[in-house]
Amino acid sequence: MDFSILIKYGDRFLDGTLISLKLVFLASLVGILIALPAALARVSKRPWLWMPAYGYIYFFRGTPLLIQLFIVYYGLGQFEAIRNSVAWVVLGKAQWCGFIGMTLNTAAYTAEILRGGILGVPHGEVEAARACGMSYALMMQRVVLPRAIRIAWPAYCNEVILLLKGSALVSTIAVWDLMGEARSIFSRTYSLDVFIYAGIIYFLLTFLLTRVFQFSEQRLNRYLMPAGATRG
Amino acid sequence: MFDVLSIGESGFGDEILLGAWLTIKLALASLIFGLFLGLTAAAGKLSNSRLARFAANAYTEIIRGVPEMLVVLVVFFGASTILQKAMGWFGYNAYIEVNAFLAGTWALGLVFGAFASEVLRGGFLAVPLGQIEAGIACGMTGWQVFKRIRLPQMWRFALPGLGNLWMVLLKDTSLISVIALDELLRWSKVAAETTKQPFTFYMVAAFIYLFFAILSDMGRYRLEARASRGIRKA
Repeated sequence: MDFSILIKYGDRFLDGTLISLKLVFLASLVGILIALPAALARVSKRPWLWMPAYGYIYFFRGTPLLIQLFIVYYGLGQFEAIRNSVAWVVLGKAQWCGFIGMTLNTAAYTAEILRGGILGVPHGEVEAARACGMSYALMMQRVVLPRAIRIAWPAYCNEVILLLKGSALVSTIAVWDLMGEARSIFSRTYSLDVFIYAGIIYFLLTFLLTRVFQFSEQRLNRYLMPAGATRG
Repeated sequence: MFDVLSIGESGFGDEILLGAWLTIKLALASLIFGLFLGLTAAAGKLSNSRLARFAANAYTEIIRGVPEMLVVLVVFFGASTILQKAMGWFGYNAYIEVNAFLAGTWALGLVFGAFASEVLRGGFLAVPLGQIEAGIACGMTGWQVFKRIRLPQMWRFALPGLGNLWMVLLKDTSLISVIALDELLRWSKVAAETTKQPFTFYMVAAFIYLFFAILSDMGRYRLEARASRGIRKA
């Protein structure tokens, strides 16, 4: 092990880690905001609602994230109309493109997970809500979504961890995330230790996330625990 | 817009198709290597030896905790470093680059195997204990029980999970373009830069991946139906 690399480039590892975390946090947050309407549209019976949602989800789940990032970062620049528009302020920047690609990707997966949760809500509960005369919005808010989110939560936690690992791909479009810094330091030092250090950081991050999610799962399902068991 | 996709000197159609073919070969080679690793690791997790259990679990945990791209880079650069050192002992001092296809197969197989070991372990555990006992009672040896009872039935439980992993593997082949293997994405990139039409070529690559995904979905359905033949349906 060559610790001098860690001492010399420690701040760059730190900067990269922060950028990775920022991207994952923002992408998962905005991803949820897109996933919710996409999932509701996907389970709708109206073709003009479920068909576009189905197409969106299928495309983003069926193609590699790497290509999606390339399309956003390199691809959109092919069109002069986009390059000359206001959108270019955002689309011309690598970090923004990484964020957009990651968000659209995770939103598609999250929508599919949420759809599974919505379909998993027991029929009786939906019927009961209808029988009480609840409107669609009220039923969603009070019965379906709270239940669906609890059902979908474990799968969603997995998705965030996959997103964290997938975030390493933004290094290919010149974003200085943890992987980007590691690759740049490696190209100078040619020491494999660089990747080992980056691997340890990624490992610790996924480990921490898993723990946080385990705790949150217990807390979400608190009401299912036997009386007196107030853990979590 | 479409003449850049023609076959021959003027277009990149044939190169893209060659790249797509290499992508399929890479995915299949990684699948075979990954299944072998996954079976070995699953056997380790189910074994009575504490050392084997520890090693198999550590393998899964480590690979699951780091990005696939990191595995690809470590395998690619790590293998050439090790080879160079080994050759150095024999007096050869030259820069050696590992074949990108081999490194890609190893890396993707390593990732696939780590996840597959969990799926396979679950499959083996799902085979009812009574049947294994019945096999032993009939006088079968441990290997015969494995070959005749556990392995054929395990697939039915493991196939859905393995199918998901295959989809992930298929998409992860795009990562190997980072170490300059001339697969689908790499050729798309070359074409995009030459023709200055990145959107066209990345979309074409995306739809080829989508086509593979649809094909895989159909294959999966048939394999699962075949594995479940003879099972009563409600």
